[in-house]
Amino acid sequence: MNEEIKKSYFIAKKDMGTYYLKPPLISWGLMLPIVFVFAFYFRNPMGIKEVVPGLIGMTLLFSCTSMAAIVITFEKRIGALERLLLAPLDIRTILFGKTLGSTLFGLIITFCITIFLIPIMGLSVKHLFSFVFIIILSGLAFSLLGILISVGVKEVFEAMTMSNFFRFPMIFLCGVFFPVSVMPYPLPILSYLLPLTYSVDGLKHCLSEDKGMIPLYLDLLILLGFTFLLFSLSLFIFKKRIRQEF
Amino acid sequence: MDNILQIKDLTKFYGSIPAVDHLSFDVKEGEVFGFLGPNGAGKTTTIRMMVGLTQPSSGTAWIDGHDVIKDPVEVKKTIGLVPETSNLYGELTSFENLIYQAELYGVPRKERKDRALQLLEEFGLKEHLEKPFQKLSRGLKRRLTIAAALIHHPKILFLDEPTTGLDVMSARGLRKLILDAKKKGLTIFLTTHYIPEAETLCDRIAIIVKGKIRIIDTSENIKSQVKETEILEIGLDRVSENLKGLLISLDGVERVLIDENRIRFHTKRLDQVTSPIMKSLEEHGAIIRSINTLTPTLEDAFVKLTGLDSELMKIDKPVKGGPES
Repeated sequence: MNEEIKKSYFIAKKDMGTYYLKPPLISWGLMLPIVFVFAFYFRNPMGIKEVVPGLIGMTLLFSCTSMAAIVITFEKRIGALERLLLAPLDIRTILFGKTLGSTLFGLIITFCITIFLIPIMGLSVKHLFSFVFIIILSGLAFSLLGILISVGVKEVFEAMTMSNFFRFPMIFLCGVFFPVSVMPYPLPILSYLLPLTYSVDGLKHCLSEDKGMIPLYLDLLILLGFTFLLFSLSLFIFKKRIRQEF
Repeated sequence: MDNILQIKDLTKFYGSIPAVDHLSFDVKEGEVFGFLGPNGAGKTTTIRMMVGLTQPSSGTAWIDGHDVIKDPVEVKKTIGLVPETSNLYGELTSFENLIYQAELYGVPRKERKDRALQLLEEFGLKEHLEKPFQKLSRGLKRRLTIAAALIHHPKILFLDEPTTGLDVMSARGLRKLILDAKKKGLTIFLTTHYIPEAETLCDRIAIIVKGKIRIIDTSENIKSQVKETEILEIGLDRVSENLKGLLISLDGVERVLIDENRIRFHTKRLDQVTSPIMKSLEEHGAIIRSINTLTPTLEDAFVKLTGLDSELMKIDKPVKGGPES
């Protein structure tokens, strides 16, 4: 078990060092969240306070899913994924390693944006442990979502396009810019099915006076559930695609 | 010698087409075993099934006593594979690539650096250790890919078309490295469509065509399949298109092979066919430049056993995507 975790870490470390400068990652995983943050900030510097939890959630979503798209599709294209499949590794080790690399990349980008936003806005983190857990669980869930989308396509641009089908509706449906409670029926039902909703809700608990739609502990539990569900689903699809493609 | 690799009824169907058709054979520890066949014969599919990358339709294989289907992780610990495409990480340097492979294969931390440096030295890559993989020449990429497959001291090394696409000098250097690895006791399973390569490197050769093995034996024993055949080689100033058809119809001539301006006649009655051949050539206005009698080669045996034109074996498979240059 310990050996397998270590090997997942080696995969993540290599992915982080190898792919962080890839152009699609810079444009979708780094530039887009930064542009959104600045656009909101310059439009109304004080009004941005309300959407800071949403912007943090969105940054995490875009950075993790973009990295996941790169680490899967790029390696499939150059044949390097085959090397991993040849190594004496359990398929779960490979999947966890890929998820870990994407999550760590997302956490670094989100950390940079958070340390810029929180002091400027005069915000404080009320529940530090919950805040950290929400960020980590959301990062894992978004990375797994990115892997799930990317594993079925061949090219990086296809993975990015497919990801956008999910990412853009998510930022409008999950309370990033306006609360789920004001959305017309049946949109809230869709919102409740998406992990970003619980990331944003949890972050609102931690960063603002907003009581959120559900208690903080439930946000954490649901995100944990999403992480396990997406890991199982990704594992199933990953194995299936490997059988088909290799 | 013990068998390190055993294959029993290994079969792979793609749809209703058998790519590999009930193969059964053994590979002995320490030997270089060659899989010789044209492109599309099923060589790569066989290797991929043996190393756990492709699921067989039926049958199985055991490597060092481990079932490749039931125990793939244990199998992967004992093997090294060099695929047709050199697929290491383009952004990582030669040294970093080897260290990463060592990490994945569980080489102890304190041994990784020494092992990587030792392999870089052995494969003549020491001066390129800081160079990213994508900046290496095709030959050096191939060398590094082999070095990476050896990082964990595998018991058997699978080489899939190791010299395809390499220039003459790189291919020669690589063949020497393969023979050096054999001298150290490594078992090597090699696929190739170059007949001279199989003859030079392999202790035993399996000839595979359309997913089926035609023969498994040493190069000498395979050649003995055509020992009764004699070959008359005639060099001409030029060979016209209709000449082959006319010459094959001559009594006693079994096969006519044309290679540029040389014609080879396979016969069991050399003394009886030589005069009619010369006469026929003169009648068709051919100018004879040279006449030789030859000993049958592995290529001749291959042609006899498979019925294929040996020219087919000279066609390289198109290189797939990957960080080759």
